[in-house]
Amino acid sequence: MTQLDARGLSCPEPVILIRKAMAGKEPRYEMVVDNPVSRENVTRYAEHQGYRVTVTEEQGEYKLVMTK
Amino acid sequence: METEVKLTKLAGCAGCGAKVGAGTLSRLLEGFQTHCDPRLIVGYDKSDDASVYVLDENTALVQTTDFFPPIVDDPFLYGQIAAANALSDIYSMGGEPKLALNILCLPEKMDPSAVQEILRGGYAKAYEAGAIITGGHTIYGSEPIYGLAVSGFVRPDRVLTNSGAKPGDVLLLTKPLGIGILTTAAKAELVTRPLLEKVNRQMAALNKTARDIMVNYPVHSCTDITGFGLLGHSYEMAQGSSCTLHLFTSQIPFHKEAYELAEMGFIPAGAYRNREYAEAGIQASGNVSRAMLDICYDPQTSGGLLIALPESAAKACLSRLQDAAPGAAMIGYVSEPDTAAVMME
Repeated sequence: MTQLDARGLSCPEPVILIRKAMAGKEPRYEMVVDNPVSRENVTRYAEHQGYRVTVTEEQGEYKLVMTK
Repeated sequence: METEVKLTKLAGCAGCGAKVGAGTLSRLLEGFQTHCDPRLIVGYDKSDDASVYVLDENTALVQTTDFFPPIVDDPFLYGQIAAANALSDIYSMGGEPKLALNILCLPEKMDPSAVQEILRGGYAKAYEAGAIITGGHTIYGSEPIYGLAVSGFVRPDRVLTNSGAKPGDVLLLTKPLGIGILTTAAKAELVTRPLLEKVNRQMAALNKTARDIMVNYPVHSCTDITGFGLLGHSYEMAQGSSCTLHLFTSQIPFHKEAYELAEMGFIPAGAYRNREYAEAGIQASGNVSRAMLDICYDPQTSGGLLIALPESAAKACLSRLQDAAPGAAMIGYVSEPDTAAVMME
């Protein structure tokens, strides 16, 4: 499993980060983002790659768990 | 020409995607004391593209300003796009730009030749538009910003507002959508060079030709599709006109490549702001995909004109627009108020 921290990054950087990571085709990725735009965009990318995405929010940060 | 430090890397958010959301703007403008003047026939109260002040029975003054951080790395192109975008607000009111002032902000360490290229781009577009840049104001700041304040003229009885659409009108759009998504994906180097060049040419293209064509027809309403995206600007036209705008989703022109890039999440923050602002007034039928909605909320930099005119004149007007800009299309119609301000079918 790969864990990624995209806090402090604005679009499209978190998507670029997850795209590079997903080139490794692992079954599970986790990413923390700190804004709703990154949450939405990373979710779209992961779903486009065939991953299921679950999001949990804690104190304005979002943890995305992406599994295949 | 490309500078050593990429211009777009100096910008927090690019082009019209940097625009403050319409909802935030209207809250900021609430409750200020202002003079009433019957000669001011278009003011800020209708969220229109420019203000219009009647000088005499034949002439009204049209004023607007627009500026934004770099959306491309080539400074000459950036200058052209920023100027074309600013001039567009005059065209969308049916006017002709005459005078302009530069608005420029630059980091102290920016290469002077790049600054000069930005200005050269602005002057080139102003010249093409038949307008004269008479001066301006330049400050230092953390990121580059360029644009123009523009004054133009229009006959008072030929002013085109964004609130004049009438039931029975047909809607025309003169440039394809997807600019914000494509320029966002370009930062990830996912857009081919030929496509990027096409997009850049589109952004730098003046809306002059479209304006010059549409003024020959009995147009009721016009606005340019910029930072608020097609749906944000359609929502404003619908509300201002007390009508419903119906959009034929399958006929909305957009750059095909933007569709998959939207599915992949290369969506600028401005598109989400636009959705937040307008979605309460938008009703989309179940077969409109999420990616297509993203494209319709996508902020456009120097986008095309959205024109509402009677059906009897629409075909001839569209045919002439398509001769000049093949991407122009008929995208919907206007009705009496329906269940939502904008309905996507």
